[in-house]
Amino acid sequence: MTRHNPLDNRLLCGALGVAGLFCVMEVAGRTGLIDPLVFPLASTVLGRAAALVTDGEFLSDVASTLGAWALGLLFTVALAVPAGFLLGSLPRVESALRPILEFLRPIPSIALIPLALAVFSDRFDMKVLLIVYAATWPVLINTMYGLKDVDPLAKETLRSFGFGKSAVLWRVSLPSTAPFIATGVRLASAIALIVGISAELLGGGAQGIGSYVLESGGNADAVEYIIAAAIWAGVIGMVTNGLFVLAERRIFRWHTARTEVV
Amino acid sequence: MNGLLRGAVRLWPVPVVLLLWELLTRGIEMLSFPPPSQIATSMYTMWLTGPAERLWLTDAALTNIPVSVGRLLSGWVLAGVVGIVLGVALGRSPLLFRFIDPLVQFARAIPPPMLLAFFMALFSIGPRMQISFIAFGIVWPVLINASEGARQVDRQHLDTARVFGLSGGERLFRIILPSAMPKIFAGLRVSLSLALILMVLSELVGSTDGIGFQLLDAQRSYDFSGVWGTIVVLGVLGYVFNSAFLAAERRVLSWHRSAKQTT
Amino acid sequence: MLEITNLSHTYGNGPTAHNALGGIDLKVAQGELVCIVGPSGCGKSTLLRSIAGLLRPSGGQVTLNGAQVEQTPDNLAVVFQDYSRSLFPWMSVVDNVSLPLRRKGMDKRQRGQAAMEALEEVGLDGAAAKYPWQLSGGMQQRVSIARALAYRPALLLMDEPFGSVDAQTREDLEDLTLRVRNLHNMTIVLITHDIDESVYVGDRVVVLSKAPAGIVGDLRVDLPGPRDQITTREHPDFVHLRAEVGRLVRGMRSPSPSAS
Repeated sequence: MTRHNPLDNRLLCGALGVAGLFCVMEVAGRTGLIDPLVFPLASTVLGRAAALVTDGEFLSDVASTLGAWALGLLFTVALAVPAGFLLGSLPRVESALRPILEFLRPIPSIALIPLALAVFSDRFDMKVLLIVYAATWPVLINTMYGLKDVDPLAKETLRSFGFGKSAVLWRVSLPSTAPFIATGVRLASAIALIVGISAELLGGGAQGIGSYVLESGGNADAVEYIIAAAIWAGVIGMVTNGLFVLAERRIFRWHTARTEVV
Repeated sequence: MNGLLRGAVRLWPVPVVLLLWELLTRGIEMLSFPPPSQIATSMYTMWLTGPAERLWLTDAALTNIPVSVGRLLSGWVLAGVVGIVLGVALGRSPLLFRFIDPLVQFARAIPPPMLLAFFMALFSIGPRMQISFIAFGIVWPVLINASEGARQVDRQHLDTARVFGLSGGERLFRIILPSAMPKIFAGLRVSLSLALILMVLSELVGSTDGIGFQLLDAQRSYDFSGVWGTIVVLGVLGYVFNSAFLAAERRVLSWHRSAKQTT
Repeated sequence: MLEITNLSHTYGNGPTAHNALGGIDLKVAQGELVCIVGPSGCGKSTLLRSIAGLLRPSGGQVTLNGAQVEQTPDNLAVVFQDYSRSLFPWMSVVDNVSLPLRRKGMDKRQRGQAAMEALEEVGLDGAAAKYPWQLSGGMQQRVSIARALAYRPALLLMDEPFGSVDAQTREDLEDLTLRVRNLHNMTIVLITHDIDESVYVGDRVVVLSKAPAGIVGDLRVDLPGPRDQITTREHPDFVHLRAEVGRLVRGMRSPSPSAS
């Protein structure tokens, strides 16, 4: 292969791409191609984003969003994984509940926010509950899918050695479903951020990165704050997703064909 | 007929759950949890009490639903076209990919709601803002899948195309796009369900019509059966879109499913 | 018609470089069917890819009918080993066969007609509307052959064309190749690792050494025709030739003077 050092190259190229976009935006703003009042200068935005790191109000908003996100995901896993196993291993229950699930699943979770706003007085609880509802679907479906994918031969092998049902579940079904569950949780983490931030945007008054955007909307240089906050939200999204991918790669090295469902 | 009957039998849990729900909500008598019968009545008055010559559809049904569906589909088509074009270009050019990929990864990691305020500032409230917001938020799954699909075209397929002297255009339209199609469809499907979510969000925040606006309107006037009824309609819409998409996918990708089963 | 002079190719550079071809000289005359055999991994495919213009060799040159091969020449067709990856699963059989004919400036009707004729020749005119994955492996390889036939190439390259089918189908396909070759007086270069096959199908058998591949034997096959799977294979000359080729492939010294 004639490539010398692809990794170095890729990093360099990527950095150049990011820097290139920055320069193009900056020049477009400075030459008046893009009105800086409509879209602030790239350097202004970057400066604002840097300043946000020391902004206590912003940081506590980020902490609130991430707290709801983490708590929501935790509840989701605690709820959806056992539910997935239950449905996956009891076909009768699954076929009975399937129509209900099929009716519930296409409901866009965002549509529940106005209702939830009326029901909950505590905004944080509401956020967590909405996150759990929305994030349950990918985890549940991936768990059930993964369970169907378990190699029957592996189960029979264990059974032929005289292992009981629970041993088969613990030693074969759970480990071979785990990579699918992990993929589901990774998908759910992105959805959880979307729903959490949407709830903040629509809820108003509560804490969170979405509320921060809402509150800075009144400023004269609102767009600057909005983009700076969005950049940090992107960083958070990228870091969380990256951590999940990294964890999946480390834990499930044996699972070569990491399949994506949903 | 037999299949239809069996399908109906399969749905038995639905009336059971509805009945339980009815009893429960009548029992607790909470304003925000109206019984399903009341929701159904409210849905009927909201959408189906118009004049007979308009199929009994009300003004609300005739304006809000088409407006929302129009925005959703325009945003989706826009994202589809942009995503496929850019994705295939990225997939076929390793150099371009290396430069652009970090930007793509970053842009897709931004939770779309964070950008709603930005799009509102840029375009002010209206269909232009909604469509571009939806398109920007959902373009990434299509783009990333298209680029992956275009990158993973079998080398032997490309060799065969070269040996038999297919032109660049023929290679693109007859080899690369068809091979990438299964991935592209996977991306389009994710985007479609995301489009519904963003459509509702954009209408809840910045709109004067559409289903999301109607939802907000019902909530503000404490019409909770209206809120529930609107949620049901959104669920039905989601179900219809997904089913229609799956049917289209089955047709277009019939070769893919069967080819995978036999080889 | 095909002339290869001092062809060499090295993959990569530095300590990990792999020298696949080490200076190959070969001439193939019009109408000849030349089989190239060699141990697996010896660079047969590199040679074929260089002839087809799919790979730019590090050194030497390939000329086809006097013109140097730089990109894929327009009068050359290839039948690959892996039919499932060479036929396009999203196109019907007849579309697969007629697709390359666009380059020949034929209109849609002519293309369809030429494709049907080629399918008829390989005995698959009934399967025109089917998709490749609906056919067995042997039938799919017939479609590949039909696609090459319809293209009417000056030179047909076959890369282990019967390597992925069962023994019975393999014999059928060998005979099919001989039949269409006689019918169209085509020039064919067939690459294989099967010694029996090379002697049975070829007019000439060229033996390559291990990588970096060089030619270690060039034997003319003079078997009484028409060839037949049973009688040809029991002919003393066949038995002798396959032993000879076998020794060359294994790098053994031949006990008798080369038949070339």
